Amino acid sequence: MITALLLFWPALAALLVLLIKGEGAKKVAFIATLVEFAIALFAIVNFVPDATTQFALDMPWMERAGIGFTIGMDGISLLMVLLTTFLVPLIVLSSFKHDYKNPHVFYALVLFMQTGLIGVFVAMDAFLFYFFWEVALIPIYFIAAIWGGARRIPVTFKFFIYTIFGSLFMLAAFVYLYFQTAGTELAAHSSNVNAFYQLTLDSATQSWIFWFLFLAFAIKMPVFPFHTWQPDTYTESPTQATMLLAGIMLKMGIYGVLRWLLPVVPLGVSQWADLVLVLSIIGIVYGSIIAIRQRDMKRLIAYSSIAHVGLIAAGIFTLNEQGLQGGVIQMLSHGINVVGLFFIVDIIFRRTNTREIANLGGITQTTPALSIMFLTLLMGSVALPLTNGFIGEFLLLSGVFQYNHYFGAVAGLTIILGAVYMLRMFQGVMFGTKSEATEGFADLTFHEKAVLIPLVIMVFWIGLFPNTFLSISEPAVGQLLSIINR
Amino acid sequence: MISIILLSGFGIISLFAGFLKSKRVLLPMALLFLAVVFGINLFDWDQNQSYFSNMLTIDNFAVAFTGIMVLSTLLIIPFTQHFATRNDENLGEYYALILFSLVGAIMMVSYNNMLMLFVGIEILSIAMYVFAGSDKSSLRSAEAALKYFLMGSFFTGILLFGMVMIYGATGTFNIAEIAGSAEAMGTGGANNVMFMLGVLMIIIGISFKVSAAPFHFWTPDVYEGTPTVWTAYMSTVVKTAGVAAFYKLMDAAFAASYGSWMPTLVAIIVLTLLIGNVGAVVQQSMKRMLAYSSISHAGYLLMTLLAFNNLSTSAILFYSFAYSTASIAAFGVLQLVSRQRQNENYEAFNGLGKTNPLLAFSVAVSMLSLAGIPLTAGFFGKFFVFSALIENPDMMWLIVVAVILAAVGVYYYFRVVIAMYLHPVAEDATTIRSTSFMNVMLLIITALTILLGIAPALLSDVL
Repeated sequence: MITALLLFWPALAALLVLLIKGEGAKKVAFIATLVEFAIALFAIVNFVPDATTQFALDMPWMERAGIGFTIGMDGISLLMVLLTTFLVPLIVLSSFKHDYKNPHVFYALVLFMQTGLIGVFVAMDAFLFYFFWEVALIPIYFIAAIWGGARRIPVTFKFFIYTIFGSLFMLAAFVYLYFQTAGTELAAHSSNVNAFYQLTLDSATQSWIFWFLFLAFAIKMPVFPFHTWQPDTYTESPTQATMLLAGIMLKMGIYGVLRWLLPVVPLGVSQWADLVLVLSIIGIVYGSIIAIRQRDMKRLIAYSSIAHVGLIAAGIFTLNEQGLQGGVIQMLSHGINVVGLFFIVDIIFRRTNTREIANLGGITQTTPALSIMFLTLLMGSVALPLTNGFIGEFLLLSGVFQYNHYFGAVAGLTIILGAVYMLRMFQGVMFGTKSEATEGFADLTFHEKAVLIPLVIMVFWIGLFPNTFLSISEPAVGQLLSIINR
Repeated sequence: MISIILLSGFGIISLFAGFLKSKRVLLPMALLFLAVVFGINLFDWDQNQSYFSNMLTIDNFAVAFTGIMVLSTLLIIPFTQHFATRNDENLGEYYALILFSLVGAIMMVSYNNMLMLFVGIEILSIAMYVFAGSDKSSLRSAEAALKYFLMGSFFTGILLFGMVMIYGATGTFNIAEIAGSAEAMGTGGANNVMFMLGVLMIIIGISFKVSAAPFHFWTPDVYEGTPTVWTAYMSTVVKTAGVAAFYKLMDAAFAASYGSWMPTLVAIIVLTLLIGNVGAVVQQSMKRMLAYSSISHAGYLLMTLLAFNNLSTSAILFYSFAYSTASIAAFGVLQLVSRQRQNENYEAFNGLGKTNPLLAFSVAVSMLSLAGIPLTAGFFGKFFVFSALIENPDMMWLIVVAVILAAVGVYYYFRVVIAMYLHPVAEDATTIRSTSFMNVMLLIITALTILLGIAPALLSDVL
């Protein structure tokens, strides 16, 4: 029941928000997302940390075809739901100072997207998963395409076509897998996640199914060389859409790998894991090097995101516990850091009307609060010990290192290169002499602090007490491994 | 069966009521007639009656397809409200023709004998030729009618020739008996030249009717020239009847020689998908884009003919209806927009999201549905078609081709959405006027599309 509530509450709230014209919409949306977060917290409190799927709900959907409306949460899902419900209120809050045209539509779309995102994380049926996968895409497309920057139309269109293209392959693979489940009668087939886990396909079949599924997830994450939609889309989208995309939507791809790729076609994974790791590691180095060369802050963070996701992808494809656990915890950390960083870019942009690093400088002189928060999030991003990034990247790197020493060594560059581009950005933007644009730069307002402080708290919480979160996902990850190695 | 008799009677009544020359009477009357037929038709469920010495069988297949075709017509008819505003002299004829043509469509889904199939196709086609030329003041409409008529007659000849060949090889027009004698010939008749030639010609003849490539050349021109409301009828009801009839024939009569005609059909499908989707990409006119999109949807529908299993009929039923509702909404709004802005191109839709949120929303939903995005009926249509085919592992590659081309489809359908919501309104553009009746109809159609996108079992579990 809780899962259904989590799933449908934002959609209901979206309909409500649609009815409210004008400024009231953002307040109602904010309250609705807070309620959603409270429901998620309630779920966490009642969650028993074992490997089972909890708060499950199984209703017929297309009964004759054995396709159910099956939702539930295990540890991994729960953490993803927690991340989503934690970030969305902050994203809504971060938009309070923006004057978007037609606010009621904007916030309704954000809430509607939240339903899609939660749906992806709690769906325990392949077709339901696909369903929500696409449901999440439509609102974000419109948010980015209506409220985005000057080049928004072609850029978001490319993003849309690209992701649809990948996901149609995923659908084809799901349909194929569905017909491989036991039974000759239609109703005996099942698209339930457990039915998929029990499939024993020969390795040639698994090999092509792997690519059908991987294509969809790789485009969403995005893994090199499927990333070309990402920097433009992040840059052209309004800040809130960028936060949703980078903070949460990207995790759909990684979550998809964990839930629907690794355990379903383990033989396919073992055939192609080397290639995926190589691609991911290329992505790390490539994303980092390009990030170093960026002059636009938003683009820099977009490329840094490719690098970070590359490491997560490399980690989970090692199929060892450190790698998987690191991947899960790093999904949380990356979501928190990237949302915070994009928000800071937005704050700076709104005061100075520029994102060019060269035009900025000397901001620290007048802004103690902003400087501290920016630096904390930045340190989280470059994986300084005591911050959240360290836990995730350390686990991921040790996972990759176990898999192959050379891969580990190259992947380790992420920390060095990450420090280079992040600190270079910080130096250029915050230190030095004041520029024309940063003259009279005001410190954070109450609203901005209200967004950043929870994020900073989480940076330290995950950095200091990672076990709060690791212990939630540990049994689920253990079970995942046992299914993969069956 | 009663529905056929009723429709014929209602058609004659409409013809005479045409003397009134009043749309205020004719339109509600046609709606009432169709609603009655829709209701009566349901009583034939599970009856499995045969008529006319077994030439027609009203089985559940026939009832289900009759149901969606009558319903689609019911949804199209309101858009005739704006047709023939010049107080066309022969208004009653069009309503009569539509009712008569439905009789043909029903015969096409309930035939048991190839003669009936032929008669059904002809009844339907002749009405279409008239509809194509119904805008008498327009050169394009006249051209469309002539083109459609000449090409149509030619392909009807081929179809008939094919049927005669089959008759020559088997000595019967009854589809069950044809299957029997094909069985007796050994290898399902594949070794009999006359039989296979007949099958091939029938495939060509019906492919023309459902506008499958390479027999599609008439489609864009005819669709463009025909008044929009009749284009909607052509691309929905006619296509539904055509594909259902095609499936029934291949399944009941020629399934045994599957291996011999399958390569031909696969070639037709691949060409249709390719030409439909790629052709639609380069169009500037929304109406021509919808014409090419209708070709591509014929391709998806025909994919079901490669797998005779219990999913296939459901897939055709669902897909046709999903496609019909989406097309009707799109053509309906296109009719309003093109009439009032004197432009059928994408830019006519610029800023429609601001000026007419309701019209824009229903077009957006229908475009999403045609593109096959979840939460709309079109998604489950594609899903069921692919599901029906995927049990046939040799056809995996065809599904991959179809999937890639479906992604191409997203491109041109979204151009409309982008025009409506993202492009600014032209300065001289006016708000599109539409009656509240039409708004309600559009809302119903849109609601149907979304409802079937959330609870597909409502329709997919019928058969």
